[in-house]
Amino acid sequence: MLDNLGSKFQGIFKKVRGHGKLTEDNIKAALKEVRLSLLEADVNYRVVKDFVNKIKEKAVGENTLSGINPGQQFIKIVNDELTELLGGTNARLTKAHRGPTIIMLAGLQGAGKTTFAAKLAKYLKKNGEKPFLVGADIYRPAAMKQLQVLGDQIGVPVYYEEGSKDAVNICETGVKKARAEEATYIILDTAGRLHIDENLMEELNQIRKKVRPQEILLVVDAMIGQDAVNLASSFNETLNIDGVVLTKLDGDTRGGSALSIKAVVGKPIKFIGVGEKLEDIELFHPERLVSRILGMGDVVSLVEKA
Amino acid sequence: VKTREGLFGKMKTLFSGRSVIDDEMYEELEDLLIQSDIGMDMTLKIVGELEKEVKKRGIKDPNLVYDVLKDVMEGFLIAEGTELEVNKPGMNIVLVVGVNGVGKTTTIGKLAAKFVKEGKKVVIGAGDTFRAAAIEQLEEWADRSGADIIKHEQGSDPGAVVFDTLKAGKNRNADVVIIDTAGRLHNKNNLMKELEKINIIIKKHVGDTSYESLLVIDGTTGQNGLSQAKVFNEVTQLSGFVVTKLDGTAKGGIVFAISEELKKPIKFIGVGEGIEDLREFKSKEYIDAIFE
Ligand SMILES: Nc1nc2c(ncn2[C@@H]2O[C@H](COP(=O)(O)OP(=O)(O)OP(=O)(O)O)[C@@H](O)[C@H]2O)c(=O)[nH]1
Ligand SMILES: Nc1nc2c(ncn2[C@@H]2O[C@H](COP(=O)(O)OP(=O)(O)OP(=O)(O)O)[C@@H](O)[C@H]2O)c(=O)[nH]1
Ligand SMILES: [Mg+2]
Ligand SMILES: [Mg+2]
Repeated sequence: MLDNLGSKFQGIFKKVRGHGKLTEDNIKAALKEVRLSLLEADVNYRVVKDFVNKIKEKAVGENTLSGINPGQQFIKIVNDELTELLGGTNARLTKAHRGPTIIMLAGLQGAGKTTFAAKLAKYLKKNGEKPFLVGADIYRPAAMKQLQVLGDQIGVPVYYEEGSKDAVNICETGVKKARAEEATYIILDTAGRLHIDENLMEELNQIRKKVRPQEILLVVDAMIGQDAVNLASSFNETLNIDGVVLTKLDGDTRGGSALSIKAVVGKPIKFIGVGEKLEDIELFHPERLVSRILGMGDVVSLVEKA
Repeated sequence: VKTREGLFGKMKTLFSGRSVIDDEMYEELEDLLIQSDIGMDMTLKIVGELEKEVKKRGIKDPNLVYDVLKDVMEGFLIAEGTELEVNKPGMNIVLVVGVNGVGKTTTIGKLAAKFVKEGKKVVIGAGDTFRAAAIEQLEEWADRSGADIIKHEQGSDPGAVVFDTLKAGKNRNADVVIIDTAGRLHNKNNLMKELEKINIIIKKHVGDTSYESLLVIDGTTGQNGLSQAKVFNEVTQLSGFVVTKLDGTAKGGIVFAISEELKKPIKFIGVGEGIEDLREFKSKEYIDAIFE
C-alpha cells in the first residue's frame, strides 16, 4: 500500500522551498509520485499519462502565488485539476417536464444495480416523489424476488413477471402500470451483463428504444480496475448513458476508476453507494473522491502545513 | 455472441515488432502489465525477474522473450494445491467467502453441480441471511444442481445456520458440505467478526482435519483485491481462491500480487453465469488465456 502522498510531497518539496518557480526539474519527482498514486488507485494507465502531462504543462513556469511555497502550489494544481476532471458537468438527476421520469439502470454483474434501484426509490420517496420499481432481470436466480423484498421494505410498488422470457416487454408493461398509478419516477432494474455480450447489450438497446428513459445510469463497482474504461465506453456506445453510479465506496478502495470513466465517456457521476442498507446512498462530491484517490486525507489542511 | 479482443494480443507484437532488446521494450511491457491490473509493485517484480532470466539465458532476439515472460509469470502463480480437497473419507467442508457481488453464490451452485455429477452427496448451507432473496437464490441453485439445502429465515443468525448445516451434513452422510456466506467488505469489523465466529464453528467441528476456505475474487477487481485477500486470510485462513467473471475483458491480473503475497493457489475460475461455467485452475492455461 502506498503511503500518504501528502507526506511524500512535503518531503520532495522541502528541497525546492526557496525557489519561486515550478520547473520541469523540481517537479519531476512529484509527478512520478502522482503517476504512481493514480495507478495504485486503479486509474486507467492511459488516463494517468494524459493527466500527468497536463499537470506538467500547467505547473511548469507557473509563478508561485504569494504566501504559498512551490510544494503547496503543486498540490493545489493537482487537486484542482482532478476536481475539475471529476466534476464539471451537471450531476443532478433529470426530472421530466411532463409525466413520470423513467430511469434505467445498467451495468456488469454484481455491481449493485438492484440494491441501488431500491436506494434511489427510497431517496426519491423521502423527497416527496412517487417512485415505482420495475424488475427486468429475467436471468439471475431470484432477481425479481430480491427487488420485491426490497420494494416491500420501503413501501414502493414493484412490477415484474415471474418466469417471463422477455425483458423488453416487462419494461413496457411496467411503465404502463406505473403511469396508471401516477408514479413520478419509474426505475428499471436490468440484469447484469458483460459489455461484450452482444445479445444482452442489444436487449438494453431495445428497452431504451421502447420505453425511452430520460435517464440511463451506469452502475459501477468502485473496486473495479483498469477494465473500467472498456466497460464504460461500451455501455456508453450502446446506450448513450447520462451518468454513473459508483457503489461500494464504503470499502477501502481508492476508487480511481471513477476518474477513468469520467475521462473516457465524459458523463458525470451522480450518486455513490456507501453500504448495503437502503439509506446508504449519497450525492457525489468530486472533491471528496479526489482526496481519496490521492490518498491525502484533507488537501486543504495539507496545503496549510506544507 | 461474445467478442473479446485480448489485451495481450499486443504483447506478441511488442516483442516481434523490434530488433533489439532495450529499455524501451521493457517500458512498453510495463505499460501492458499495468493495464491488466497486475499493479505497479508486481509489474516491477515481473519485469525485473524477466530481465534477469533474459540475461541468464543469453537471449538476444526479442521474439524469444515472449516465452520467457510466460515462464516468469507462471512462476509467480502457485502450482501446488490447486485441486479442491473434497475426496477425503467422511464429510468435506467448503467455506466460501468474499466481498459483495463477486460471485460466491453462483460459484457454490456450479461447485455443487460438479460434485453431484461426480456422484457425491452434497449439502449447501444458506449462510447469507442478510441480503434480500439470497436464500431463494441459493435454493434455485440447489435445485439446479441436485444438492440439499439447509436454511433459516432471513435475518437469523448465520452461525446457527452453519451449525445446523454441519449437523445435517453428518446425519445425511454428506460427502461435501458447502457454506455460503453474505458478501462483506473486509474493512467492516463487525461483519468480519461474524465471519470469524462461523470459522470457529467449523474449526470446532472438524477438529484437526483440514477444510477448504475459499475466497472469491471478482476478475474485474483492481488493486483492492490484495487487501481483500490479506484480511480474509487473517480471519478465515484461506486454502485458496476462485477468480470469477473471467469471461469479460478483464484479466484478473491482481491475482499475481495476491499469489506472491499469500503463497496460496487459485483453485477455480468462473467463466460465465451458467452452471457449467467453472474451470479447474491450470496456471499454464491461465497464462495462455491472458496472453491470447
Ligand atoms: N458494501 C456495499 N455493498 C453494496 C453496495 N451496493 C450493493 N452492495 C452489495 O453488493 C451485492 C450485489 O448487489 P446487487 O444489487 O444484487 O447487484 P446487481 O448489480 O443487481 O447484481 P446482478 O443483478 O447479479 O447483476 C449485494 O451483496 C449488495 O448488498 C454498497 O454501496 N456497499
Ligand atoms: N459473467 C459472469 N458473471 C458471473 C460469474 N460468476 C457470477 N456471476 C454473476 O455475478 C452476479 C453476482 O453473483 P452472486 O453469485 O450472486 O455473487 P455473491 O458473491 O454471492 O453476491 P452477494 O451474496 O450479494 O455478496 C450474478 O449476476 C452472477 O450471475 C462469472 O464467472 N461470469
Ligand atoms: Mg440485480
Ligand atoms: Mg451470495
